[in-house]
Amino acid sequence: MSRGRAVLASRVGLIVGSIALLEILCRTGVINPLTLLPPSEMAVAMVNLLASGKVAPDIERTFSTVAIAFALSVVVGIAAGAVLHAIPRLRRALDPLLASYYAVPFFVFYPVLVAFFGLNEMPLVAIGFAAAMVAMAISTLNGLDRVPPVLIKVARMHRLGRLRTLFLVVVPAAAASLMTGMKLALAYAFISIIAGEFILSGKGLGYQIAYAYNSFDNKTMYGLMLFVLLVATAMNSLLHMWEQRLLRRRSRA
Amino acid sequence: MADGLAGTASVPGAASLAAPGSPHASMRGVTRVYPGAAPVHALGPIDLDLARGEFFSVVGPSGCGKSTLIDVQAGLAVPSAGEVTFEGRPVSGKVPDGIGVVFQEDASFPWLTVTDNIAFGLRRAGVDPAEVRRRVEYAVGFMGLRDFARAYPVQLSGGMRQRVCIARTLVLQPRLILLDEPFGALDQQTRLLMGDELLRLWRETRATVLLITHALDEAAMLSDRVGAMSARPGRFVDLLETGWPRERDSSLVAEAGFGAITARLWSHLRAESLKAMGGAPP
Ligand SMILES: Nc1ncnc2c1ncn2[C@@H]1O[C@H](COP(=O)(O)OP(=O)(O)OP(=O)(O)O)[C@@H](O)[C@H]1O
Ligand SMILES: [Mg+2]
Repeated sequence: MSRGRAVLASRVGLIVGSIALLEILCRTGVINPLTLLPPSEMAVAMVNLLASGKVAPDIERTFSTVAIAFALSVVVGIAAGAVLHAIPRLRRALDPLLASYYAVPFFVFYPVLVAFFGLNEMPLVAIGFAAAMVAMAISTLNGLDRVPPVLIKVARMHRLGRLRTLFLVVVPAAAASLMTGMKLALAYAFISIIAGEFILSGKGLGYQIAYAYNSFDNKTMYGLMLFVLLVATAMNSLLHMWEQRLLRRRSRA
Repeated sequence: MADGLAGTASVPGAASLAAPGSPHASMRGVTRVYPGAAPVHALGPIDLDLARGEFFSVVGPSGCGKSTLIDVQAGLAVPSAGEVTFEGRPVSGKVPDGIGVVFQEDASFPWLTVTDNIAFGLRRAGVDPAEVRRRVEYAVGFMGLRDFARAYPVQLSGGMRQRVCIARTLVLQPRLILLDEPFGALDQQTRLLMGDELLRLWRETRATVLLITHALDEAAMLSDRVGAMSARPGRFVDLLETGWPRERDSSLVAEAGFGAITARLWSHLRAESLKAMGGAPP
């Protein structure tokens, strides 16, 4: 525990130190204030922006898009992983596809998606889903591969049916990989959706950052960047904490 | 013991399913071939009758099909040929009620505490929580796990984890207990003591026991009968009766007949193990 606390302290120290350094560099003019706002001003800009409610619709838009894409990718990804695991032939057939999947730049399909879904958030949901789902499916496959066969035998010895075997044995045994999959899926969905908004959309946080950038509105741009950074960090930390709580007891030395 | 793991082991009615005098469990011409590009003939043909309440041990060279034998008898694997029965009914593709298995590998659930591991089957079977607590507490003490009742398997040694698995199966009060090298991860002293406990449990529950072991002295001391298996595909090359009284314990190792039994088992095992290792039989 004290070791964990020491790690935490040094992590916080590192972050605070870097921010302080940045602040000093900006204030002393080493870094041109037109290039980079001092962190304190970023924070003020962010708070003002949030308080003004100007970007509230964009925040809502981005979050709901990410949430839908994430939820879909987790459900479909787990199902796809389970199906591939159950049908080795299909898995072998799709293996090269899975391996090269992340070499595909999904964004080029945006026009097709717009034609398909119309000009709403669905094309971005689709892009976020495409980026996140396969990570979830691959993690699920990994997890299922690592369930020791003897645990399935134990389930059969206890005369458990398929569903109870799934929820009482398979899912707990694969929990670590499923958690990894969810963390990846959330990160991929968030990254690709913000990027998609940045380049392609007329709404959302990504779009507002791009808009501020194009209109030389440094305060808004950096305020939003800070906000995105904080949100991404907070989301990942939450998932990480949940994962630790779930896994701590069985890997505690 | 009497108030703990014993009790409802012999369910009235279950016995009457089988014709009187018929074996508690049996295999007839059982073989098992693992399919694949190069099929592996792992076992058999095997003929075996286990009398109700009998303690039967199997010794055999490594890889001869002992675990496969357990899987087939338990209904965890389907025989490629032959017939398997338990309490007069065919066993096919499903584990019948009343059979408990302790596996060779570590089969503890890493996400459950020792207590929850042991209670797993009882809870699934809908046993009354007070009864679950009583049986689990008893088993925890019986297996020497009291200080670790709330620990997770990762905090235990291999031998302790195996004891968790033994307890998890025994609390179910199976009428046929299949044990696949359950003491493999234990040191010699603990092994002998656990052997004594197993004998006590066997006497009190009147269960039928099929024990796989690689320790000849263990087989000789615990069993009513011992089957020696050939190299893969495993068949019985010898079935010997020890003739021990039902009341027995590890002090048997000092008996005059004891050495003769282990010697006879070793004579088979030596030849078969050499074959299994690819050497020429002497
Ligand atoms: N799933 C499987 N697929 C193919 N071959 C298998 C499989 N399981 C076991 N075998 C083979 O069948 C034979 C018997 O295996 P089994 O595990 O029953 O032997 P064992 O006597 O229990 O061995 P050990 O003494 O090492 O525990 C071995 O040659 C093994 O390689
Ligand atoms: Mg084995």
